[in-house]
Amino acid sequence: MIKTELKSAVIKFAGDSGDGMQLAGMLFTDTTANKGNEIATFPDFPSEIRAPQGTVAGVSGFQIHFGESGVYSPGDAPDVLIAMNPAALKANLSNLKPACTIIIDSDNFTERAIGKAGFSRNPLENGILSDYQIIEAPITSLTKSSIADLGLDNKSVVRCKNMFALGMVFWLFNESLDQTINFFKQKFAKKPALVKANIKVLQTGFHFAETVEAFTSSFFVPSAKKVAGIYRNLTGNQATAWGLLAAAKKANRDLFLGTYPITPATDILHELTKHKWAGVKIFQAEDEIAGVCSAIGASFAGDLAVTTTSGPGMALKTEAIGLAIMTELPLVIVNVQRGGPSTGLPTKTEQSDLSQALYGRNGDSPAVVISASTPATCFDWAFEACRIAVEHMTPVILLTESYIANGTEPWKIKLLDELAEIHPNTAESHEDWQPYKRDKKTLARKWVVPGTTGFEHRIGGLEKEDITGNVSYMPLNHEKMVHLRAEKVAMVTNDIPLQKVKGRNANQLLVIGWGGQFGILFGAVSKLQIEGKNIAFTHFNYIHPLPRNTKKIFEGFERIVVCELNNGQFANYLQAQFPEYRFERFNKMQGLPFTVKELKGKFNELLNDD
Amino acid sequence: MINMETTAVQCALKPKEYASDQEVKWCPGCGDYAVLSAVRKTLSELNIPKEKVAFISGIGCSSRFPYYMGSYGFHTIHGRAAGVATGVKIANPDLSVWIISGDGDALAIGGNHFIHAIRRNINANLLLFNNQIYGLTKGQYSPTSELGMITKSSPHGTIEEPFSPGELAIGSQSKFFARVVDTDLKTMVAVLKQAEQHNGLSVIEILQNCVIFNDKIHSAITGKETKAENQLILEHGKPMLFGAEKNKGLRLMGLELEVVTVGENGITEADVLVHDAGNPNPTLHYMLTQLKSPEFPVALGVIRNIKAPTYDQALHNQRAEEKANSKFHSLNDLFLSGNTFRVN
Repeated sequence: MIKTELKSAVIKFAGDSGDGMQLAGMLFTDTTANKGNEIATFPDFPSEIRAPQGTVAGVSGFQIHFGESGVYSPGDAPDVLIAMNPAALKANLSNLKPACTIIIDSDNFTERAIGKAGFSRNPLENGILSDYQIIEAPITSLTKSSIADLGLDNKSVVRCKNMFALGMVFWLFNESLDQTINFFKQKFAKKPALVKANIKVLQTGFHFAETVEAFTSSFFVPSAKKVAGIYRNLTGNQATAWGLLAAAKKANRDLFLGTYPITPATDILHELTKHKWAGVKIFQAEDEIAGVCSAIGASFAGDLAVTTTSGPGMALKTEAIGLAIMTELPLVIVNVQRGGPSTGLPTKTEQSDLSQALYGRNGDSPAVVISASTPATCFDWAFEACRIAVEHMTPVILLTESYIANGTEPWKIKLLDELAEIHPNTAESHEDWQPYKRDKKTLARKWVVPGTTGFEHRIGGLEKEDITGNVSYMPLNHEKMVHLRAEKVAMVTNDIPLQKVKGRNANQLLVIGWGGQFGILFGAVSKLQIEGKNIAFTHFNYIHPLPRNTKKIFEGFERIVVCELNNGQFANYLQAQFPEYRFERFNKMQGLPFTVKELKGKFNELLNDD
Repeated sequence: MINMETTAVQCALKPKEYASDQEVKWCPGCGDYAVLSAVRKTLSELNIPKEKVAFISGIGCSSRFPYYMGSYGFHTIHGRAAGVATGVKIANPDLSVWIISGDGDALAIGGNHFIHAIRRNINANLLLFNNQIYGLTKGQYSPTSELGMITKSSPHGTIEEPFSPGELAIGSQSKFFARVVDTDLKTMVAVLKQAEQHNGLSVIEILQNCVIFNDKIHSAITGKETKAENQLILEHGKPMLFGAEKNKGLRLMGLELEVVTVGENGITEADVLVHDAGNPNPTLHYMLTQLKSPEFPVALGVIRNIKAPTYDQALHNQRAEEKANSKFHSLNDLFLSGNTFRVN
């Protein structure tokens, strides 16, 4: 048997939404990450919990890209596809690499299932798969027979079949089963029959692949050469939750989360509610509005207050965010974006809430807007959102997106000592204190907590008199306050790093990205740079205000293209601020991330048609 | 309610010392003035330091209340005071938290937060200023306006049944519900003191007069000539007697309440119901909230007052338990837990 070494590989597990594809994918991810590979994952599942069985709409997929180097995204298309039924095959047929390997559960290719998936004829027989390497395995029946003696009910038996597929993939990539075996021993410690069943099926799958002689080669993906340190895998939502925990610790405040469940943000709530031991106060409110309002109340009373949501929830919180802007209270609003408008595409990714974050409130109501780039760095951006909020006394909107929120990446663990201190803008003495008196450097007012003697004051949504904070309807005062609120947010630019560019010597094409599409954009530009193309890349995390060297970066490029998963919102924002440059657009609105292939195609087109 | 042990001070403030330096801007004759006085008097009599009190209001005439108190205050947005107050109380359980809201604010736009705050039993006081009209927007019908009422937005009469705050509160599992009128300062202070001392969400419906847009809407209940016959001021453990000569009372006949006169038809005081605000069964409390004049007197005072765990206490208990039982002692323990791998 040949053992082929690969720099990286992309695997996709696909099956019915009850087939356990997410678990199989996560377990494969854990093993390769532990081995030291670079990884990026992309779970893709329907919004229905159990969508109609056997249909393309009900297919749940988990894609993982792992490698020695160059893993910036979950990959465009799989090298190995696991299709547990005809629908899973159908759903992925249009996006396969030439000659890729497809592992198929042949037990599920019945006439009925084939029809349900929308094939007019059996795809295993009509020649449409002739370009691929098809491995047919009777996964369901072998799963059943391998654990028939364990006395489990039929449902539990069938649920183990994802482990058969996983076992086969482990063999194919010469990966160890140990970590997965340990996982089951821990997870089902109190249900030994389930431990035994899962391990048995996993091993059976592994041995089946070894003996079936269907594979022409197995593969080996060497470990990556990463920065030394201790790593662990994190999803974006988990990283966001941990970043919030760390920030509260470094700011010496209790963390308060006021929220309402909404896809795809709910996992942040799930994660934080596990950590009450760390002092987190969790309030699952009756609606999105009460969620943000409780956070504003908690902020008034001195906690580091956060609300988490997605687009439709953000719309409901709008008025309350305006209140936090008017009362100049620190508040972190995490919007894990999904496809919109309205209910839109709840489980699909998009970057279309940018304009809402920037402008979606009544009045002139500026807030800080930042965005996260990758799953693991959600930790840093959540931390940064908290820092800016309490040091500058302003609401901060953190935009992440479904794609990175559910995706996984190894995180180089940051212990508390490695994190910077956060200094809330508190009042030191009564002397000279007034509710709306501002810090000269930041224009932030002081944060004084109810209960403190001698600082009693009232705030609210009515316009404030400068300095005293008393209600004021005076015309010139209002104008001054509008300017002050804007200036305060604008001054955050003095407290953030300069914008960086990859490809300093290029002058032909500048690629601009923002948010969670970083990995794919970086990967695509890197490839073209290696090919010697005159192309540079700059990726924005600070959206409002922009880094202070932003304009300088645009100078000297023949063309600038903004790539985003919406209909041109960041491009419009930049165009309005920098009318002297022409921002071309590359937009995608399919509920899916960019692919390296389509980006390279677009960039080559822009580079060539001068 | 606040923990008096940790906040006791030597010298009590006088009621006027609870005022802020801001000029009060309600219409002359507005019922809100009486509530402002009663709250200041209550805090003074309970000797609560002003920095330990937070007034959280929504939008409406009454919601300007926090600006007139020298405590901490937050004038929030329409309908959402209960949400903001919930966050305040969770973040700082030592504060005495007062939610200031009106019939439009609490029962229309904020209806959802009203019922859920009651259900959760957040430890706070909710003053519901009920004048059965939208005053700040100049005279539209509210969720408590009587069916058929003519207002600026209902020139042909309203076509919707009003909410009864007591019914809604008890339906939401209220543990403390009281009703007072803005013309009876003494009862109001007595009720507010009980509300403040009650652990949990205390809802106090205040029948309040809007002198401009709905003047005398409560006059049958509050009028000098009629009040004795139309007010039943409840006191826990006392018989439900009313009338100018305190000889009228309520008695239960089957599943209905009826008015009887002591000394007539062989009725004695022993036939009259004795008020038990602490009865966990809310049936009679509910019936009392529904009494309407002229057939019945309107029930005032503390109608329901039962002990129950509060949300904020439960939340903090759970945090303490988790902390005591956790395998993690610092975030570093969490970060390093589970599957980690070293790269050299």
